[in-house]
Amino acid sequence: MQPLVEAADLTKRFGDFTAVDAIGFSVASGEVFGFLGPNGAGKSSTMRMIGAVSPVTSGRLRVFGLDPATDGRRIRSRLGVVPQDDSLDMELSVEENLYIYGRYYDLPRREIRARIEELIDFAQLGEHRASRVDPLSGGMKRRLTIARGLINRPDLLLLDEPTTGLDPQARHVLWDRLYRLKQDGVTQIITTHYMDEAEQLCDRLVIMDRGRIVAEGSPRGLIETHSTREVLEVRFPVGELEPAGPTLQKTADRVELLADRALLYTSDADSALGEIHRLGLRPESALVRRSTLEDVFLKLTGRTLVD
Amino acid sequence: MQVPGALRVVEANAIAYRRVWKGSAFSSFVTPALFLVAMGLGLGSLVDRGAGAPGFEDLSYVAFLAPGLLAASAMQSGAAEGSFQVIAGMKWTRNYHSVVASPVGTGGLVGGHFIWTGLRVLMVSVIFGAVAAALGAISPVAALALAPIGILIGLATVAPMTAFTANRENTEALTAVFRFGITPMYLFSGAFFPITQLPDWLQSVATVTPLWHAVELARRVALGYDSTLPAWQHVGYLVLVFVVGAALTYRLFSRRLNV
Ligand SMILES: Nc1ncnc2c1ncn2[C@@H]1O[C@H](COP(=O)(O)OP(=O)(O)OP(=O)(O)O)[C@@H](O)[C@H]1O
Ligand SMILES: [Mg+2]
Repeated sequence: MQPLVEAADLTKRFGDFTAVDAIGFSVASGEVFGFLGPNGAGKSSTMRMIGAVSPVTSGRLRVFGLDPATDGRRIRSRLGVVPQDDSLDMELSVEENLYIYGRYYDLPRREIRARIEELIDFAQLGEHRASRVDPLSGGMKRRLTIARGLINRPDLLLLDEPTTGLDPQARHVLWDRLYRLKQDGVTQIITTHYMDEAEQLCDRLVIMDRGRIVAEGSPRGLIETHSTREVLEVRFPVGELEPAGPTLQKTADRVELLADRALLYTSDADSALGEIHRLGLRPESALVRRSTLEDVFLKLTGRTLVD
Repeated sequence: MQVPGALRVVEANAIAYRRVWKGSAFSSFVTPALFLVAMGLGLGSLVDRGAGAPGFEDLSYVAFLAPGLLAASAMQSGAAEGSFQVIAGMKWTRNYHSVVASPVGTGGLVGGHFIWTGLRVLMVSVIFGAVAAALGAISPVAALALAPIGILIGLATVAPMTAFTANRENTEALTAVFRFGITPMYLFSGAFFPITQLPDWLQSVATVTPLWHAVELARRVALGYDSTLPAWQHVGYLVLVFVVGAALTYRLFSRRLNV
């Protein structure tokens, strides 16, 4: 089957600055595809090109097999867009926001009315349907923006940082909604700088840094390829971490020294910890955990995702 | 510019307007009534005792004032639609960004913005005309004939104003435009007194303002006076200002929204 989105050497420049640097990827129907990367990686720039609002500087991009440069309107009519900022009409009610957006997609009034019922239900905004948007919580606004993006039953939903700025509970509610969409077969492209979000939601993702794609795969596949099974995190009293560095190097396959702690990559964290103690080091605390995408990012770029 | 998309934007504006229409219609009604009574009838009773400006000796002041003031009010509405509304869509609610992400696109957004403004100034002009006719300042037929001139001057104001606002990041420059552009135009473009009363250099400035052309047209239509230029030239000037402003708006909107 033809991919919904296909990009090759896709590039976006702002003046002399290259925000997206010759990236390639493709998204298949039914898939949840992610762009994981830190601030400024070029995620939004990529999404805006896919959304046919931002012209491609060079390279090839096809959405639904169409070229955004010539078929922008047709592409946009089949997309659902959840931008990084909500951009809702604050003075209008929840229902009015949905209604107006439905009209932008040229839907008949009667169909919009029916769709609003489903979407208010989906977004769990029943109690607030007639209230103005302005006083709603961040999580509710975000759910409304997602509902708005679904008004035209899109073939592809673009979600730019769907949960940034939300508290943990609101995030979980949102993840649950997105998971339901996935089960309904809605293809999604999600950008995020949260590795847990990427792991939870994405079937497949690319890790982006400074405009480039540095790795691609499933969350599990990326971790297996680029990291060890276990990670031992050790903390030392102030000033003792750096001198301990060379010794720590002997106890694991790979060691990352961060500002406040050391990460030891190893297949057997318990025996690494025993080894540390045997070599005479006394960490303040030690924690064994599984590798995450954060570790993959650190290995590939030498930096942490969220700073 | 696709017409269907533009009409969706008009519809969205109308839905938003429902929330404020009472206050807005009320002030469209009260403002001209206050001005016509205070200036036209009150001040006019003094003015009418004087000799009258050359060419208008036989006319009561309120009859002189009403057509020009209608044009000036339409200009003010056009300026309002092209300033704070626009910066809100770009920056405050960012609602323009979501229109552009939909099939409506930038062309539909710009087209809808101007059609909507045309409807708003039509409403302002009709209410103004009705009040002026009720006060006996102009005939009911003249009141109707003035509505298209209201639309013309409203559009010739909103288009350059929107283009100016397109790249603004805050309201400072907008406040300055109102203080040093719109308000002086309101006062000195011939609505309150003929510009022949002004010093020569100010007269030349006044003749390039869109409002002066609209005032000339309004007085011609409502009172049957000869305008300074043939009517088609006044109309042509206003259409030209609108078209140039609209083209510029489209360019600047694309540059900001489709980066
Ligand atoms: N309109 C613009 N003009 C100039 N530079 C821009 C513009 N938009 C984005 N950039 C720059 O391009 C780079 C990538 O920006 P982009 O918004 O795509 O990153 P992002 O991955 O979405 O980051 P974030 O997590 O902050 O949203 C950044 O360095 C940004 O400053
Ligand atoms: Mg972004």
